[in-house]
Amino acid sequence: MATLAEPKEATTDDAFREEVKAFLAENFPAELKGKGNALATVEGPTREGPAEKAWREAMGERGWGVPTWPKEYGGGGLSKAQARILQEEMAKAGAWNPIGGMGVMMFGPTLLEFGSEEQKREHIPAIARGEIRWCQGYSEPNAGSDLANLQTFAEDKGDHYLVNGQKTWTSGGQWADKCFAIVRTDRSDKHNGISFMLIDMKDPGVEVRPIQMISGMSPFCETFFTDVKVPKENLVGKEGQGWTIGKRLLQHERTNLSGGGGMARLMGASLGDIAKKYVETDDSGAIADKVLRDKIADFEIRWQSFLLTARRAVEESKAAGGVSEISSVLKKLGTKLGQERAELMIEIQGLQGLGWEGEGFSESELAGVRAWLFGKATTIYGGSTEIQNNIIAKRVLGMLDHQ
Amino acid sequence: MAVLNEEQEMLRDMARGWVTNENPVAAWRKVRSEKPVEGYSADVWGTMGEMGWAGIVIPEQFGGSDFGWMSAGLVVEELGKTLTASPLVATTIAASAIVLGGSEEQKAKWLPKLATGEVVGTLAVDEGPRFTGTSTAKVEGGKLTGTKAFVHEAHGASLFVVAAADGLYLVEKGDGVSLSDRKLTDQRSHAEVTFTGAAADKLAGGGDTLLDDVLDRARILTAAEMLGMAQQVFDVTLDYLKQRVQFNQVLASFQALQHRMADLFGDLAMMRSAVEGGLEALDSGFGVARAATVAKAEANRVLHTMSREGIQLHGGIGMTDEYDVGFYLKRARVLESAWGSTSFLKNRFATLAGY
Repeated sequence: MATLAEPKEATTDDAFREEVKAFLAENFPAELKGKGNALATVEGPTREGPAEKAWREAMGERGWGVPTWPKEYGGGGLSKAQARILQEEMAKAGAWNPIGGMGVMMFGPTLLEFGSEEQKREHIPAIARGEIRWCQGYSEPNAGSDLANLQTFAEDKGDHYLVNGQKTWTSGGQWADKCFAIVRTDRSDKHNGISFMLIDMKDPGVEVRPIQMISGMSPFCETFFTDVKVPKENLVGKEGQGWTIGKRLLQHERTNLSGGGGMARLMGASLGDIAKKYVETDDSGAIADKVLRDKIADFEIRWQSFLLTARRAVEESKAAGGVSEISSVLKKLGTKLGQERAELMIEIQGLQGLGWEGEGFSESELAGVRAWLFGKATTIYGGSTEIQNNIIAKRVLGMLDHQ
Repeated sequence: MAVLNEEQEMLRDMARGWVTNENPVAAWRKVRSEKPVEGYSADVWGTMGEMGWAGIVIPEQFGGSDFGWMSAGLVVEELGKTLTASPLVATTIAASAIVLGGSEEQKAKWLPKLATGEVVGTLAVDEGPRFTGTSTAKVEGGKLTGTKAFVHEAHGASLFVVAAADGLYLVEKGDGVSLSDRKLTDQRSHAEVTFTGAAADKLAGGGDTLLDDVLDRARILTAAEMLGMAQQVFDVTLDYLKQRVQFNQVLASFQALQHRMADLFGDLAMMRSAVEGGLEALDSGFGVARAATVAKAEANRVLHTMSREGIQLHGGIGMTDEYDVGFYLKRARVLESAWGSTSFLKNRFATLAGY
C-alpha cells in the first residue's frame, strides 16, 4: 500500500525533539494557546486572523500538519516515532494542528492510494498547507443508506464530463473550495457504473443551499450540479472504479467519526466530575443520588473500554498496515456511546441542560445542547449504524447476504 | 488482539494447540461424569505444571518464568474457551499474593512448589454468598478462626491464602481446616472452608493495599477466563447460525440475527480491550485498580449477555445437555459473582474516580 510514506530516519529522536521545540518557540504564537483548528471543523467558515495564518503557513511549509505524508507531496515525511514526538511537544506547548478537515482525514489518504502522479502533485500539497477546503459529494435524496443508488450523472463529452444531479448532506459545502464526489458514468451497472471525480465548487452550475437542522445549525447543504463541466483529468482511478475508491475513503471517515480522536478530546471530562457541579454530594464527596451515580459509572466503564478499543484498533492497524473493517465496529460503538453521554448530561443538568439561547446558561451549557442535537447525526452519517451492522455481519463475520 | 511479542505468541499458540487437541469440551464432560474429588483431572494439572504455566507470574529465582500477566492471561483465555477444569487461576492468584506480600522465607518455601503445580493454592476471602471484600476471620497467637464461603478450588488446594480482619494469612490444609461441599451450577470445586484455630502465617509485606492488589489480580485473570468463554460462545453460535436451515435458508442470512451478532461482536471487542487493558496494567504497574475494575465489570457485562444470547440464538437445542453452550451459562454466573459483582464494581469505579 502506497498511502503512507516510509520515511528515512534523518535525525536521532533527541535531535528531532530539539528541532521541534525550537520550531514551536519560534513559530507558535502564544496568543493561540488552547484555541482550536477552524479548518478541522465543518461547522463554520474559516475565520483566520494574522496569527492563525502565520501559524498555518509555518506548519504547512514543514508539512507537519500531515506529519507522516510523503515529503515529495508536501507532507512531513516523518516516521511514526517522530510524529509522536511532534505531537507530544505540541501538546506541551499548548499548540494545535492548524491543518485538518476532510482533505486531511479522508480525501488525502485516499488520493495518495488511488490518484495519478499529476493529481497527487496538484492536490496533496494544497491540503498539506491547509489552503483548500474539501467537501464530500456522496449522499443524494434517493441514495442514503443505499448509497450505490446514486443518480448524479457525468456524461462523457470527449475532453470533459458534463455533470448533472443533486447531492445532499454535503458537510461544510457552503465553505468548501472543492468536492470529491462519486457520480454515475454508466446507468446499466449499479456498482461498476460509479466513478470518483473532483469538482470545483466555484465552477458555474454549482449551487449550494444550507439545510437548517434540529440543532439550529446548518452544517450540511444540498448541492446542485447543473451542466457542470469537469475536466477528464479530474477522474480519480478509472471509470467505474468509483465504488471501490469511495468505500475505501469511507473507512478513513469511519475511523475518524468513531470518536477515537476528536470526540475523546471533546468528551475528556469525566461525567462524574461534571455531575458533582450540578447535583448534591454526600459527606464523602460521592454523588448523593445513588441511582444517578450508578448510571454514570455504568457509562464511564463502557466509555473506558471503548477508548481502549480505539487504541487497540490503531495499534493493530499499524501492525497490519492500514485501516480495516474494524472501523465499522469503532464507528458503531463510539457514536452510540457519544449519544448516550449527551443524554446523560441532560439528566445530570436537568432543565439547565436544555437551554436553547439567551441568559441563564453558560456558553458550554448552550454548546452542549446543540452538540446533543447535532450528535443524533452521528449514528446516521458515514453509513448508519444499521449499515455498519450489515458490514460487520457480512464482511467480518461472513454471514450471508440477506437480500 | 493485543500486539504480542514473539514469546507471547509462542505461548498462546502452544496453549491453543494443546487446548484444542487435548482438552476440548469433551474433556470437561469426562471430568464431570468421573467426578474426581478435586474437580479437575490430576493428569491435566500435572501437564500444565510441566509446561510451566503455574509459574508464569513467579520470578525466575523462585522457579517461575516471570513471563508476566499478559502471558498468563493468554493461556487462561485459551483454557476458558473449552472450560478446561484446572486450578491454574486460583494457584496463580495465590502465588501472586506471596510474591506481593511474602517474606523471603515464605517465598522460598512456597513459590517453587506453586510454580511446578506441586502445590495448589487458592484465595479464601468471601464470608457470604456475595463478595464484599470485608472479613471477620480472626487470628490469635498464630491460630486462625473463621469461615470462608464458596472457596474456589478448595478441594484440590493444599494452601489457602485467607483474608482475616487484619490481613492475609497462609494456611495449610490440615489440622483445624475442614471442608463442606458447595456444589454450584458450574460443577467445579467450591466449598465452605471452616478454620478452627488453624496455624496461620501472616503475609506481612505488601503494605495496606495488599488484599486489594491481590483481588485486582484475581479480577483481571478471572476476566481473562471469561473472555475465552465469551469468545467461544460467540464463535460456536456463529457457526450454528451458518448451518441451521429454517424457511429454506440458513439462519445467518436473516438480518435480524445478523444485527444481533454485530452487536455481540462490538461488545466482545470492548470486553477484549478491557481485559487486555487490565493485563497490560498489571505488567506496567500503572493504574491497576481502575483497570481491574473496568476489566471485570466489562467481562461481567459482556459474558452475561453473550451466555444468554448464545442459548437464545441456538434455540431449543441450546437448552440441551448435548450442546456445549449451556455449560458456559452455568460457569458464567459463578465467575460474574467472583471478586465483585457488577454492582460492587460500579460502586468501586465511581469511588476510585472520586464521585
